[in-house]
Amino acid sequence: MEKTQLRRQLANIRQSLFDQGFLDEQFVQLEELQDDANPNFVEEIVTLYYRDSSRLILSIEQALQKSPLDFNKLDALMHQFKGSSSSIGAKKVKAECTQLREYCKAGSGEGCMRTFQQLKKEYTTLRKKLEAYFQLARQAGPIESACRPK
Amino acid sequence: MENGFSSPRSDAFPIGLRVLVVDDDPTWLKILEKMLKKCSYEVTTCCLAREALSLLRERKDGYDIVISDVNMPDMDGFKLLEHVGLEMDLPVIMMSVDGETSRVMKGVQHGACDYLLKPIRMKELRNIWQHVLRKKIQEGRDIEGHDVIEGIHILRNVADRYDDSQFLRGEELFSVRKRKDIDKHEDKDFCDTSSAKKARVVWSVDLHQKFVKAVNQIGFDKVGPKKILDLMNVPWLTRENVASHLQKYRLYLSRLQKENDPKACFVVGMKHKDPCSKDGDGNFGLHSSLAVPQNDVTNSSFSFSGDNFLLQNVDSIGCEVDRKRVVQEHTSEPKRAAGRSVPEPIKARCTQMKFNNTIHPVEPEGKFPAFDPSNRSCYPWVEAPEIKFKQESKPIVHLEGDFNQFPPTVPPHQVQMDQLQSISSISSGRSATEKDIASSIESKPPYSENCSQQRVHLNLPKTPTDSFAGKAKSFNEMNDHFDPNSTTTTPLGKNQNFNPSCISTDLGSGLPFATIDEDLQGFLLQDCCYPKNLEHQIIEFPDYGDPGIFTEVPTHLHDAMRFGYDYSYDPTEYPVIDEGLFIA
Repeated sequence: MEKTQLRRQLANIRQSLFDQGFLDEQFVQLEELQDDANPNFVEEIVTLYYRDSSRLILSIEQALQKSPLDFNKLDALMHQFKGSSSSIGAKKVKAECTQLREYCKAGSGEGCMRTFQQLKKEYTTLRKKLEAYFQLARQAGPIESACRPK
Repeated sequence: MENGFSSPRSDAFPIGLRVLVVDDDPTWLKILEKMLKKCSYEVTTCCLAREALSLLRERKDGYDIVISDVNMPDMDGFKLLEHVGLEMDLPVIMMSVDGETSRVMKGVQHGACDYLLKPIRMKELRNIWQHVLRKKIQEGRDIEGHDVIEGIHILRNVADRYDDSQFLRGEELFSVRKRKDIDKHEDKDFCDTSSAKKARVVWSVDLHQKFVKAVNQIGFDKVGPKKILDLMNVPWLTRENVASHLQKYRLYLSRLQKENDPKACFVVGMKHKDPCSKDGDGNFGLHSSLAVPQNDVTNSSFSFSGDNFLLQNVDSIGCEVDRKRVVQEHTSEPKRAAGRSVPEPIKARCTQMKFNNTIHPVEPEGKFPAFDPSNRSCYPWVEAPEIKFKQESKPIVHLEGDFNQFPPTVPPHQVQMDQLQSISSISSGRSATEKDIASSIESKPPYSENCSQQRVHLNLPKTPTDSFAGKAKSFNEMNDHFDPNSTTTTPLGKNQNFNPSCISTDLGSGLPFATIDEDLQGFLLQDCCYPKNLEHQIIEFPDYGDPGIFTEVPTHLHDAMRFGYDYSYDPTEYPVIDEGLFIA
């Protein structure tokens, strides 16, 4: 069955996201929250995250362009970004946030810049992966996203 | 932002808990909302602190709890926390992705009930109702100045109230408080009475003897609590005490009679496995502890030990137990040590029973002869306590060694071994007392012959895990089944057969020993009179090796005669020890 194949494919993609450290347990929590009342809960949350965090990304970029760098402001923004990323379980993105905060504390503009680039990369990569994942999920059928090996 | 003003909660607490969630992150707001809804809570969300405050002020009793993020754009989360605490006195939970101790401390200092770290799990949210309840109790306490205990009652009451669909809102809280007053008194009374009720009668050996004497005087068939009470002439004893004791006694006797399965008798529970190894010297552990008894082979000494065992309370038995413990230590495994405390009392009992005799059968190599009637002298009940510990110790030694050989069926009954030994030593001491008891006991003919044989059976230590009840039974059975003709040559083999049912079950329960001390003391004595019983009892005794069980003994000790009667005890609950003591 094509659907079966799709589902299997979906499951594999999903598993690889975990295995490669893109997602963590929080994502599973979101999946668990998904039910009949909110059949696309996870996708909605992820969409919300990317919408909201894109604004944050812009703010951070603006802050990084200022000189001298306002590390406090930057740190606050990063704190926010980290919290937001934790909502969907964006593991690698979160790690970069932590790193950036460290550089803020250290007062290293260079480090902040570098880390931010890395962060954006991770952020974008995850976004693409998740978009593909949800697209496939839609094709495979509504059950898919709710299927968890757990 | 949703502004759903909650309607009164109609379900049982904490369903319908009205939660106000404040977070500037829309993603988290949505997630939290979903999570809280899954907990069956009523959720209101807002992303601004100011808005949250206005919501709260608008309807003071509209919410039960507030969950807020620490970092908010318009207002510091801690400030919001302060406001809420001051104005509404609601429990506030802080959230943050930052778990730095300083931040958390700040939250607590500002009055936060809890500080959750993002990402937040469902289970964390499920428990937030506890904060609501706690706060209510504290409020009640502050207002009325209740003490902690009352607070607990209040909590209980409040919880009950919730169950009764009562809403814990402002006005209702007052009613709750009012009720607290009433309940407080009730609860206090309850506590008092309950504690009073819990006072148990310790059926000491003497007391039990009196009891049995009275029973015998009246005639077992015609016996009744009132009659017994009158005859006993114990002023502080109540009819209820006697009635319950009589019940146990009856059960005990019936159990004795029912025990017909010889196999069952062997519970011995000796932990053959380890005892041998541990106990280098022939005395097998007993020495140290038993050493005393051994020396006291004389009646006098035995009686002493016997008395000890007859200890009416656990403590006294504990002394005996100590001795046994030593023995145990020798033989038992370290883990038994834990159970030592418990087994001791049991040991005491066992020894009284006829521990000496049991030792013999312990010998796996058909050394039973030690127990044969010729050794009757060892049997306290048979004769004056001339128990020769030495003799007994020997068997013990063998036993230990043999136990090692015992099949795996016998779980580490090391304790048992020890117990047996100690029991034996103790029994010798008790023989004197036992004798007395024996006289008072109508049934149970001296089973010297049987004893030895029976002992053999005892060798097989049953896994202590067996339910005590079963074991107890086996003892009785063993008594009955002890066939004087039973060959001692293959005690082990026989024992093995026996053990499974008898010993293990009894021993497993272990626990009863402790209780036995109290209750059974009288009975134990009786048992002693029964040659069979002693053996069995002793054997089983070792079973209480399970340390875990022992710890329970103390409580059981207070159970009047439970041991003897309640074979149905869950073996896991009671130390194996009981088996041995239970003088079937």
